[in-house]
Amino acid sequence: MIKAILIFNNHGKPRLSKFYQRYVRGRASLYCCNCIHSGLIGGSDNKLIYRHYATLYFVFCVDSSESELGILDLIQVFVETLDKCFENVCELDLIFHVDKVHNILAEMVMGGMVLETNMNEIVTQIDAQNKLEKSEVSHICHWYQCALIVL
Amino acid sequence: MSDVVERTLSALPGLLGQQDPGAGPGGGPGRVSATSRLGGLIRSITALSSKHEEEKLIQQEQTNLKATVSAPTTTLRLMKECMVRLIYCEMLGYESSFGYIHAIKLAQQGNLLEKRVGYLAVSLFLHENHELLLLLVNTVVKDLQSTNLVEVCMALTVVSQIFPREMIPAVLPLIEDKLQHSKEIIRRKAVQALYKFYLIAPNQVQHIHDKFRKALCDRDVGVMAASLHIYLPMIKKNACGYKDLTESFVSILKQIVGGKLPIDFNYHSVPAPWLQIQLLRILGLLGKDDPRTSELMYDVLDESLRRAEINHNITYGLKALTYVIQQDPNLALQHQMTIIECLDHPDPIIKRETLELLYRITNGQNVTVIVQKMLDYLRQSKEEYTIINLTGKIAELVEKYAPDNEWFIQTMNAVFSVGGDVMHPDIPNNFLRLLAEGFDDEKEDEELRLYAVQSYLSLLEEEDTFYPQKFLQVMSWVLGEYSYLINDGDPEVIITRLHRLLKQTFVTSETKAWIMTAITKMSSRMSCSKTVDKLIQEFSTSLDTCMRQYAFELKHLCENKELMKNLFPLDASCDEIMVDASLSFLDGFVAEGLSCGAAPYKPHHQRQEEKLSQEKALNFEPYGLSFTSSMSSSGFTGRQSPAGLSLGSDMSGNSAEIGQKETNCLKLDGVRKLWGKEGYLPKKENKTGKEDKTQPVPQDSILMAHVVDPPLMQSEQQVVSLSEEEKEKQQLASTLFVGLGSNSTISLMGRADIITQKLKKKSKISETQNSEEASSFQNIAALPFSPLPDITPNNKENFQGSEHLGLRKVSLSSSEVLEASVSFDTSQSVTEAGLDEQLSNCRLSTSSLFADSNIEVFQPPQNIPDIVANKAPLSLCLPEELAGHPHSEIVKLCSSDILTVYWCKVWTDDCSLLVLFVANNSTSPLKTVNLVFESAEHFKIFESLSCHFPVIEAQSMESCQKCVQLEKVCTEGILSGSISYHLDTDTHLEFSLTFSLSDFIRPMKMTTEDFGRLWLSFSNDVKQNLKMSPSQGSLSIALNALKQKLKLHIVEIIGNEGIAACRLLPSVPCLLHCRTHARTLALWFRSSCSALPDSLLYQCQKVMEES
Repeated sequence: MIKAILIFNNHGKPRLSKFYQRYVRGRASLYCCNCIHSGLIGGSDNKLIYRHYATLYFVFCVDSSESELGILDLIQVFVETLDKCFENVCELDLIFHVDKVHNILAEMVMGGMVLETNMNEIVTQIDAQNKLEKSEVSHICHWYQCALIVL
Repeated sequence: MSDVVERTLSALPGLLGQQDPGAGPGGGPGRVSATSRLGGLIRSITALSSKHEEEKLIQQEQTNLKATVSAPTTTLRLMKECMVRLIYCEMLGYESSFGYIHAIKLAQQGNLLEKRVGYLAVSLFLHENHELLLLLVNTVVKDLQSTNLVEVCMALTVVSQIFPREMIPAVLPLIEDKLQHSKEIIRRKAVQALYKFYLIAPNQVQHIHDKFRKALCDRDVGVMAASLHIYLPMIKKNACGYKDLTESFVSILKQIVGGKLPIDFNYHSVPAPWLQIQLLRILGLLGKDDPRTSELMYDVLDESLRRAEINHNITYGLKALTYVIQQDPNLALQHQMTIIECLDHPDPIIKRETLELLYRITNGQNVTVIVQKMLDYLRQSKEEYTIINLTGKIAELVEKYAPDNEWFIQTMNAVFSVGGDVMHPDIPNNFLRLLAEGFDDEKEDEELRLYAVQSYLSLLEEEDTFYPQKFLQVMSWVLGEYSYLINDGDPEVIITRLHRLLKQTFVTSETKAWIMTAITKMSSRMSCSKTVDKLIQEFSTSLDTCMRQYAFELKHLCENKELMKNLFPLDASCDEIMVDASLSFLDGFVAEGLSCGAAPYKPHHQRQEEKLSQEKALNFEPYGLSFTSSMSSSGFTGRQSPAGLSLGSDMSGNSAEIGQKETNCLKLDGVRKLWGKEGYLPKKENKTGKEDKTQPVPQDSILMAHVVDPPLMQSEQQVVSLSEEEKEKQQLASTLFVGLGSNSTISLMGRADIITQKLKKKSKISETQNSEEASSFQNIAALPFSPLPDITPNNKENFQGSEHLGLRKVSLSSSEVLEASVSFDTSQSVTEAGLDEQLSNCRLSTSSLFADSNIEVFQPPQNIPDIVANKAPLSLCLPEELAGHPHSEIVKLCSSDILTVYWCKVWTDDCSLLVLFVANNSTSPLKTVNLVFESAEHFKIFESLSCHFPVIEAQSMESCQKCVQLEKVCTEGILSGSISYHLDTDTHLEFSLTFSLSDFIRPMKMTTEDFGRLWLSFSNDVKQNLKMSPSQGSLSIALNALKQKLKLHIVEIIGNEGIAACRLLPSVPCLLHCRTHARTLALWFRSSCSALPDSLLYQCQKVMEES
C-alpha cells in the first residue's frame, strides 16, 4: 500500500503531505525531505519513489507490495490530473489550493490504495463535486438574501 | 425566530462576500480575503531567513488562530479558512491540537464546502487511535445516509482513511447498502472502505464475501478494480479458497489486454497497466504450485506479454516475464530477441530488469555470458544499492556454475575490485571458505589455489594501484595461506609486495592486520628474510599499537623457528583447533603462586563489588561493561576439571583474532566514507576495474551453444537475411538462452534445487559443520561449565530418554514407532503411558492385518486396493483411551494405490488431537514411511512436525497422533503436509486439512458471580446484532445451537438474556452475553485476548446461518 505522499520543492519546503499510516507526527515530512536530499533511502519495508517536476518533488512512500514502475506512472497521472484541474499547474497552485489538491488526491488514492487511474474520470468527479458545492452555496446565499429582504 | 435572525445576521458579512465563490483564485471579494490571509502567512514565511524566525512566526499565527477558532462569533466560513491555515501549519510540522475539535465540528455543521474542508482537516490531523475520532462517528453515519452524493463520498473517504476499529459495526450495514448504489463512484468508494475494514478487522466483513464477488463482476471498471484490492490479500492468505475465481480474473485480464476497456483507461497507449499488474499478481498467487490452474492462464499471460511488446512498454513486460519465468522457463525463449534489445536500452531501469531476468535463467551453459553482462553493468553503475545487489547475484552465480578455475578466480577478482567495500561481507567470506575447504578432488583444489595465488601476485605487481580493502584482505589471506604452492617463485618477492602495501596510505589498519598475518605465516616457511627483518624493525617503533604488537610477535616467533612451524602448519585452515578454555596448563603455576602466599584469584565483578562496598562511591562505569566482564570471568572460574573444547574455525593461525577483526569490520561497513585522501574513491575503483577486466569468452560459449542446443539452431535457420548487427544479437541470444530449451531438465522455479558440482560440495560443507556442531554440543554438555548451566541436565535427560525409547522400540520389535515420538522428551510417566498406547496399537494393527489377509485369500490380487479402501474404515478405530472423547468422523485424507491415509480430530478436555491412520494397501511391506507437517502460521504441533514409520507391514495399518495447538487466533486455518514412502521408488503424497477455531474451544464452567467478576476485568469486547430466522425462535434454542456447535458452557438464562462462557485452549477465557430483541440476537463478547472475540463472533454468525 501507499504509506505517504509528500510534495516539496527544490528547497525542501513541504507543499503537501498526506499520511495513510500513523507516523510520528511533527517533523515527519521535513525528516523525509532531508532523507531524500541526503540520499538516505530505505527503512523497514519502505520504498521512496519520487519524480521531479520543475520545482517540485513528488515523493510516494510505499511498502514492498507496490510496483515501483506502477507508482512512477501513478505520479505522472497525478501531475497530469493536477495540470488538467488547474490549467498549467505550478507550485503556487499547490500552495494556495492545498485543499483542492487533497481532494484530487482523495479521488486517486483512498486509504493507501489506488482508487482511480483514469484521468478523465477523476476530472469529471472533481468537476461534479465542485458544481454541486457551488449550487448548494448559491442556493444558501439565495435563501439568506430572501431572509434579508424579509427582515 | 429571533434565534434564526440573530444567526443570519452574524453570518451576513461572510455571506455577502461569498456570492461568487466559483470565480477561481482571486475571483470574488471573499476569495481575496481568504487567500490573502493564507497568502500573507506563506509570503511572510518565505521572506524569513532562519528556522528560528519561522518558529516564532508560526507560534504567533497559532495564537491568532486559537483565539479566532475558539471565539463564539466565528462563522463557519471563517472557520474553514482557519482550517486551511492550520493545515498549512501542521504540514510545516507544528502541531496545532487546539484546532482538532473545531475541525470535527466543521465537518459536522458546515455546508458542503466547509464540510469538505472539515473532513480533510480531520483526516490530516487525526490518526486511527485518536480519542476525538469517536466524535466524528455520528457525523459519518449521518452523511452516509444523506441523499447528497458528495456528502456520501466524503464520509466514505474519511472512513477509508481513519476510522476507529470498535465503531465499525455502527457504519457497516450502511456501507454494505452502498454496494448496491446506482452511482459507480459510491460503489467504488464503498468497496474501498470495506477493504479498509478488512485490513483492520477481517472477521467483521467475512460475511460479505459474496458481495465482493458481485463487486468483482460490476459493470463499472473502477468498482472491479477496487475489489481487486480486497482479493489480493485474501488470496495471499488462502489461495485454495478462490481457485474458482481464476477464470473470472483471466477473463478480466483478457478484456483489458484485448483493449475492451474505454480508451480513457489507457496510459501511454497501454491498457490499464495498474490493473494488469494487480491481476498478474493475483494470477501468480492462484497459479502457484498448481499446474491445473496455471493451465488456464498461459494463454492470457502470453497475450499480455505480446501486447506489452507491441506497445514498447518493455519494462512492464520484463517484470511480468521475470515472474512468469519462474513458472515456465520456455517462455523466455520466445522473447529472446526482445530481451537482447533491452540489454542495450538507454534506460537504466530496463537494463536492471533485464539483468534480473537473465539472472533467473542462468544455467551452467550460459553463465559466462550472463555474468559478463552483469559485470559490464556493474562497472557503469555508481549506486550503492545496485552494486550490493548485483555483486551478491554474480557471486552466487559464479559459485554455482563456474565452468573452470581461471574464470572463477578472474570473475571473483572483478567482483571484488568493482564491488569494493560496499558489497555484502558474506561474499569474501564464502569465497575464502570455498578455497579453504576445497573440492573432493585434491588436485583440483591445488590448481584453484595456485591460480588464485598467481593472479593476486600479478595484480600486486603494479605499484600504486588502488584496491578495495576487502579485496586486499582476501589477497593477503590467500597469499599467506597458499603461496607455498608456487614452486618457482621466491617468497621474498611476495613479502616485498605485501610490505609495500603496508606502507600505502589507503590501506586501513584492519587490512594491515590481515597483511601482517599473511607475512607471519609466510615467514614461518622461510629460514630467514631480509624484508621480514626490515619490517620488524620498521614497525617495532610504529605509532599504531596493534602493528607494534604484531611486529614484536613476529620478532619473537622468528627467533624460535620450530615453534613457529608448529603454530603455522601447512594448509591447515580447515583443521579443528583444540582450545583448552579452562587454561588447565596454568594450574601448576597457580598452585606455586598460592603456595608462595599469593592471594587467590577473584573474578572481576567480585573485586568491583568489594571496591564499591569499601568506597561507597558512585559507579561511573556503565552497567553494560561490568556485566560483560563478569560474564566472561565467570565463564573461567570453574576450571577445576579441565577438558578439551573443540572449536570449528574457518581461519588458521591466529584465527580468533582475525575472526574478531572481522566482526568489527562488519559494523564499520555502513560508515565508510566516499571521500578519501586520494579524492573520490569509487572513481578510482572503476579505473582499476577496467584494468583487470576479465577475459570475455563468448567464442567458446557460442560454439558450445551450437553443439548443445538444436532448437535454437532451427530458429536461426528460419531467419534468412540478417544484418551484421542482427547476427551478433542472434549469437548473443543463442549464448544467453542456451540450455533453456524444452529438453532442459533444470527447474528454474526452485533455484536451490539445481544440483551442480559446486553445490554438492557446499552441502558437504554444511554437513561437516553440523556434525562439528553436534560433537561440540556434546562436549559442552559434558562439561560442568557451560553458557547455560541449567539446561545441561535437561538435555542429558532427553538424550537418555531418547536412547531408552530407541531400545524399547527394538525390544518390542513392533512396527509401531510413532507413539515413541509422541512421548519423546516428555516426563517419565508419559513415556510409560506411551508404552501402553503402543501395545494397544499393536493389537489394533494385528487385527486389521488379520482381516485384510482373510480377504486376500479369496480375492484376485489386483482388486485388493479397492477392497481395502472400502473396508479399511471399518477396521479403523481410535485407541481405547481416546475412544471415549468426542471426535470427528474418520475420513480419507489422501491415498495412492499403495497407501491410504485417514484422519480424525479428537477433542479432549485439554487439547485437540489429530489422529492419522496410515494403511498399507499393497502386498509388500512399506519401508521408511515419513509423515511431515509443514509449519503453519496459526498452529503449533506437538511434539514434532513429523512422524516416521520404519516399516509398515503389508495390508496393515499404523496410526499416529499429534497434539495441535492454536498459536495465533484465526477463524480457520490450513495445516498441510506430506507423506513419503519407499517402494521401488520414492513416492510423495501431499495433503492438507482444515482446523477451525471451534476445534480449540472448550466449555468453561463457572457461576454467575464468577462471570460477573470476570466480565468486568476484560477489556476487549465486540458487539454485533444478528438476524434470527423464525426457526431459531427463542433465545434458548439459539444458545443451545451455539452450545452444541461451539462447545460453550451456558451459565444462566434469564428471560431474554443469557450468559455463556468458553475457553480457548489451553485457558484463555471468553465470555458471551446475548440478548434477543425482536428477531435480532445481540451478541456481546468479552475476552482477555484481543483477537478472540472477533473470531468467535464470526463462528457464531456461521452457526446461526447454518441452523
